[in-house]
Amino acid sequence: MSKTLVIYLMAGKDTPELAAAAEAGGADLVEIGFPFSDPLADGPVIRLAAERALAAGMRTKACLDCLAQTGARVQVPLVPMTYSSLLEAYGWERFADDARASGAASLIVADLPAGERRELRRVQLVAPTSTDERLRLAAEQTDGWLYLVTLTGTTGARDDVSPALAALVERARKVTEKPLYAGFGISTPAHAEAVAALTDGIVVGSRALEVAEEGAAALERYVRSLRDALGAG
Amino acid sequence: MSYGAYGGRYVPETLIPALEELEAGWRAARDDPTFAQELDRLGREYAGRPTPLTLAERFAPGKRLYLKREDLLHTGAHKLNNALGQAVLAQRLGKRRIVAETGAGQHGVATATVCARFGLEGVVYMGAEDMRRQRPNVERMGLLGAVVRPVEFGTKTLKEATSEAIRDWITNVETTHYLIGSCVGPEPYPELVRELQAVIGREARAQVLEAEGRLPDAAIACVGGGSNAIGLFAGFLDDEDVRLYGVEAAGAASLGTGRPGVLHGARSSLLADEDGQIVDAHSISAGLDYPGVGPEHAYLRDTGRVEYLAATDDEALAAFRRLAETEGIIPALEPAHALARAAELDGEVVVVCLSGRGDKDLDEALAHLK
Repeated sequence: MSKTLVIYLMAGKDTPELAAAAEAGGADLVEIGFPFSDPLADGPVIRLAAERALAAGMRTKACLDCLAQTGARVQVPLVPMTYSSLLEAYGWERFADDARASGAASLIVADLPAGERRELRRVQLVAPTSTDERLRLAAEQTDGWLYLVTLTGTTGARDDVSPALAALVERARKVTEKPLYAGFGISTPAHAEAVAALTDGIVVGSRALEVAEEGAAALERYVRSLRDALGAG
Repeated sequence: MSYGAYGGRYVPETLIPALEELEAGWRAARDDPTFAQELDRLGREYAGRPTPLTLAERFAPGKRLYLKREDLLHTGAHKLNNALGQAVLAQRLGKRRIVAETGAGQHGVATATVCARFGLEGVVYMGAEDMRRQRPNVERMGLLGAVVRPVEFGTKTLKEATSEAIRDWITNVETTHYLIGSCVGPEPYPELVRELQAVIGREARAQVLEAEGRLPDAAIACVGGGSNAIGLFAGFLDDEDVRLYGVEAAGAASLGTGRPGVLHGARSSLLADEDGQIVDAHSISAGLDYPGVGPEHAYLRDTGRVEYLAATDDEALAAFRRLAETEGIIPALEPAHALARAAELDGEVVVVCLSGRGDKDLDEALAHLK
């Protein structure tokens, strides 16, 4: 069974080209970060990328344009990932509508846990600390797949795959048949292989942003190395 | 507790179980008479409660203006009320590691103090810019055995320190209690902090009744996150004839010039731009230099129960000097904002929360007063 490879990119002028490179390298889905000034769930790499994107003018409208332009370049589904403050300012429904009109397949809101604003269709996140009851709630409400946060912590590369993941996967499997994609701390092909042995897919963010700094060709090679570790897409 | 459309739990999922556990622990503690007895004993024997109510005749001639002297509390500010309560609660929850954020350093010092008192590990996040402005408090925290971690990114002030403390909590949530310093953050923190600070209002109400034989015409406090204000107001919210005023720094008026937004786990009134990006606050007072405010204050503004005013840096500095010269009391720059508006309020009997003492602000204030 093929595993899903999700790559995170920060919205910016190079995003369409980078997303095309990720797709060429074998990504199945691309998350597009809409930057927020105070991203609680993010470690240094994504935080810095968000600071730079904001300094370059990537406000909500520009991010939606970026989403549409990226959609024109790639076939894979695109999912904006952001924080509640942007939706609060833009209007929750209006944000969801305009994101969909710009080509978003779904949404991820990092600081909007399951149970809050149920009417907003989105991919829910669960963590090793989630109780079984919350796993069930998140699985019930999630849009398509469930995002497993592999560790208790913020985004960013780690040396090893979180030892907490296996137990989380086991608990999640008991409450849902929906696909489980794991993210946070995954950066190498070896991580990808180890995580995909447990889950239906992986999400790579911080390391992908670092490689993307070196250009589209480097990102394509990097994504292909992850794809190869996961088996054919 | 619900604050209309404000409040909530806008945090990553990782923290939700910890917030549920904290809420359950808080409810159990609140209903347990031994918890209240322990806080009462610590307040009297360790912190110096009740704090006096001082009539400031020379500061405000022609008025009966009373200062609620939280500056005389151990560690020099009202922050200790909350830190003591949360430290006791943390131990009930089995947490031996404490993280906190600090702006002016007063909450950091209070946190370091309770960690020393109870033998807990304390880590305090502080913006590098605030560390520069509040050097003596940084040294105090070190002496008390806490680790102060500088936050070097963004505005290098309280906003970033709070984000970083929350990130630490996300990472170490199983062993760690986040000792938030104000009535902000995700539920149940705004209510928890308010209840721990409500001792200010309870005492002030009883003291003014004893001194005047009646309730005050008005009560006034400075508002950054808003914990000393909510603690004072808690004593008078049900007394409809007592007018309540919060005073924000003019450059950090989350209630006066802000808009609804989400920051640090709660929906409240914030300094944010039209895209929801948080805007920098500016105040000479590190403790008010915060773009958010507790959700209950946003609610009290909307209902009209509390009126929120502003004072500029210069007005606060003038009141700072005036209280020193007329009463022999050097206030912190934060409550100097409340003092700046207090004298001009209608009404004869007024209570001002003097939330902290000004030793920490001498360098900053003197540099500006020259």
